[in-house]
Amino acid sequence: MKPTNIFDPNYFHKVVDCQWACPAHTPVPEYIRLIAQERYTEAYMLNWDSNVFPGVLGRTCDRPCEPACRRVRTEEKPVAICRLKRVAADNKGDISAWLPRIPKIKNGKKVALLGAGPASLAVARDLMPMGYEVHIFDKETKGGGFMRSQIPAFRLPEEVLDDEVDIILNLGVEQHFGFEVKSMKAMLDMGFDAYFIGTGAPRGRDLDIPGRKEVSANISIGIDWLGSVAFGHTTSIKGKVIVMGGGNTAMDCCRTAVRLGAESVKVVVRSALDVMKASLWEKEDAMSEGIPILNNRPPKEFVHENGLLKGIVFEVLRPVTGADGKLRYEPSGEPDEFIECDHVLMAIGQENHCPWIERDLGIQFDKWDCPVLNDTTLQSTLPKVFFGGDSAFGPENIIWASAHAHRAAISIHLFLTGKDLLNDRPPEHINLVSAKMGTHEWAYDSEHDAAPRYLVPHADKKKALADIKLEVELGFDRELGAKEAQRCLNCDVQTVFTDKLCIECDACVDICPMDCITFTENAEEDELRLQLTAPANNRQQDLYVSKGLKTGRMMVKDEDVCLHCGLCAERCPTNAWDMQRSVVLVPQLGSQAGC
Amino acid sequence: MTFVAKPKVHHPRLPLNDIGLTRRDYEGSVSTLCAGCGHDSVSAAIVQACAELSIPPHRFAKVSGIGCSSKTPSYFLSKSHGFNSVHGRMPSIATGANLANRELYTIGISGDGDSASIGLGQFSHIVRRRINMAYIVDNNGTYGLTKGQFSATNDKGSTSKRGAPNLYEPIDLVSLAIQIGASFVARSFSGDKKQLVPLIKAALMHKGMAFIDVISPCVAFNNHNGSTKSYDYVREHRETVVAADYVPHAEEITADYEPGTTERINMPDGSILQLHKLAQDYDPHDRVAALHYVQSRQAEGEVVTGLLYLDPNPMDCHDILGTVDTPLNQLNEADLCPGNAALGSVNASFR
Repeated sequence: MKPTNIFDPNYFHKVVDCQWACPAHTPVPEYIRLIAQERYTEAYMLNWDSNVFPGVLGRTCDRPCEPACRRVRTEEKPVAICRLKRVAADNKGDISAWLPRIPKIKNGKKVALLGAGPASLAVARDLMPMGYEVHIFDKETKGGGFMRSQIPAFRLPEEVLDDEVDIILNLGVEQHFGFEVKSMKAMLDMGFDAYFIGTGAPRGRDLDIPGRKEVSANISIGIDWLGSVAFGHTTSIKGKVIVMGGGNTAMDCCRTAVRLGAESVKVVVRSALDVMKASLWEKEDAMSEGIPILNNRPPKEFVHENGLLKGIVFEVLRPVTGADGKLRYEPSGEPDEFIECDHVLMAIGQENHCPWIERDLGIQFDKWDCPVLNDTTLQSTLPKVFFGGDSAFGPENIIWASAHAHRAAISIHLFLTGKDLLNDRPPEHINLVSAKMGTHEWAYDSEHDAAPRYLVPHADKKKALADIKLEVELGFDRELGAKEAQRCLNCDVQTVFTDKLCIECDACVDICPMDCITFTENAEEDELRLQLTAPANNRQQDLYVSKGLKTGRMMVKDEDVCLHCGLCAERCPTNAWDMQRSVVLVPQLGSQAGC
Repeated sequence: MTFVAKPKVHHPRLPLNDIGLTRRDYEGSVSTLCAGCGHDSVSAAIVQACAELSIPPHRFAKVSGIGCSSKTPSYFLSKSHGFNSVHGRMPSIATGANLANRELYTIGISGDGDSASIGLGQFSHIVRRRINMAYIVDNNGTYGLTKGQFSATNDKGSTSKRGAPNLYEPIDLVSLAIQIGASFVARSFSGDKKQLVPLIKAALMHKGMAFIDVISPCVAFNNHNGSTKSYDYVREHRETVVAADYVPHAEEITADYEPGTTERINMPDGSILQLHKLAQDYDPHDRVAALHYVQSRQAEGEVVTGLLYLDPNPMDCHDILGTVDTPLNQLNEADLCPGNAALGSVNASFR
């Protein structure tokens, strides 16, 4: 293998598994250290800079970081990254001094943001410090988009959302609420210099099976129903309820229905429990509230009497894992099942849908009715129009919306300053700073904490089920937060090896608790992976390979399960190993962090 | 040296040995020696060897004297028996321990000061008595614990860190051991675990006195350009004459050496020791020739390593004394005091 180029920004970025997995590349270990130091405001602002909605995300994020967390590989459960974010948000102080300063004299360019969901708000946040005049349009009376209409208040209290939406709007965004965009042509005629479309994926899928038309009165589309609950139009649901679908919307529907007084609620899903789309913790929360989830049951027919819904007939299948490892469903041999119900909430997916964009404006759509975009720039085929969030590539989540927004904001800025959107795009960088402060003294808590993951306390179940606005999760308090923060392995403090200094004494090999380090002869990667102290089977994780050393061997470190405990550097007599904090500089407009 | 203890968590796919333990179960507390000390590598090699032999940790007895080397038994096999004795007196304790319980695997750890200066008399006599043990010397040629004076194994002409030359002839523990009765004599290097680990395994399974001289650089005081016990010097001047390969009986033997150069020796427990002759004409069973070879190379500044001498018919102290097979500490009072009648018959035999 060739020696590793550690100055490639991606190399050490990948070692920080959580940050690499995060679409917005939030510097997770850094803010967890700030929480451990009780510097909640700084921790919050580091998050705010990168993901824009720390309070919201600390409760509702899809947390791609957690399955990626190194602790899953070294022990078992990841650090509760998401809930630590909430600790920062819950305990933050006055942030006004930390907010970007907005130029009073504008730069003369006007940008329209359509939809006031997370994507548009984040674009506004990025563009405001650059002196743009930013206008935001939304048909609702308040900003937040799906964060407001789709996420029930018992998961995300309204004041948390209001707070984070207002931080952005108060930067001086021109607000046009209660403004339903009905024609893109009309919008273009308003003469903005650039347009960002962040209108989400507002159309819930429907199901065309026998009886559907006859029972329309008893069927609600999940996302529409949640929206109507959020805005107070729906305050109760009667009788027996079936929620169809297995995603997070289905989980929100069933838990909301229980709180609105349904006699019984069941979730019925086509797929098996393990492969349902809902996040593991959302399934667990629903089940812990006593809601049964019935799997492997595709619906066959709505049963009704004179237009009055009686129930649904489901086929009963059996999931089988084939020889190719793929899951298939076979008939189970059991008879079809009839489940009684009075109301159905349909949560089987949603799609982006822009009927208000006339198809002759130069904005092309593909065969799935998604806009044709450049993956990097998010620019549409009409140069001044950009897309982001769910409206770009279909339903994702809030953290993806933030990530899209940063990319789109850079594109809009390049576009409006006459630069090339691809060639002039700022590159990523990485800074490496030694964490050594003295003998055995490091600028981070290097000791490994073997504690298992701490559980987040919940509100009393009886009270929670009786009040739709009562937040179920209470969040970590400061003390629990500090304890959980200690579980972080500080993967951003990198093991950096200087080949010239190494005397090959083996001290690092002997002390490494995880057998990461080997001195060996060079070979091709496949072979090399097998000849290490512990075989490096996880090909997702890189090998760190040095140049040839005095004996002709080289140092090979398997990054997979390194604890970043710094013992190799403590034991190194020549400082050939050093622990260095890596700061990944992800380009972002108006960013305050990263230095 | 580090204040941070090694975390207990280990690699998720760390192999288990035949009795279901990992290598980590054979470790001790965290070392307080200087960072980069060769002795820590020797400890790590002992840990690896013992784990690979699949012997439960409590079946080992580790004994040592005084010095950097003699601190190391704290850093391996924390679940074994141990005795940290007086300077140069490890052999007395090891002799007593082995005589009392012949079933334990005895590991003696000593240094060049502990065995070649203050303890040279004890060293000579335990070798003569052929106590069944692995006697390992962490040999760095210097008194590291008292800041770098020359030890008795330091080569004449090699210099201190400040450049002053050593004026005296060295004591070569390997030559001495071959001369006075060790049935297994090897030399190795702390920076080469591939060589050292099989040697330790073979030494532990060898029945009789097994002596290993491990050159183990002192990074603080004797790892400079004028030293003949530095990492660089040893790497440049090392010649391996016989490589040993310890093969547990369950494993299939795969030979990757040239035919005709490999010798198989059956060990008492049914395992096999393979010797691979890397220097032609070297006979590890010829005591006089081995001695001659080691000393003639040494005169040229070369360091001969590997399994240097192996007695084809080893005997240990228990064989010589004709003790019973049952360990003495397990004999009951009736066995130890057979009564007046037995005493009478013993006395009668001398009349």
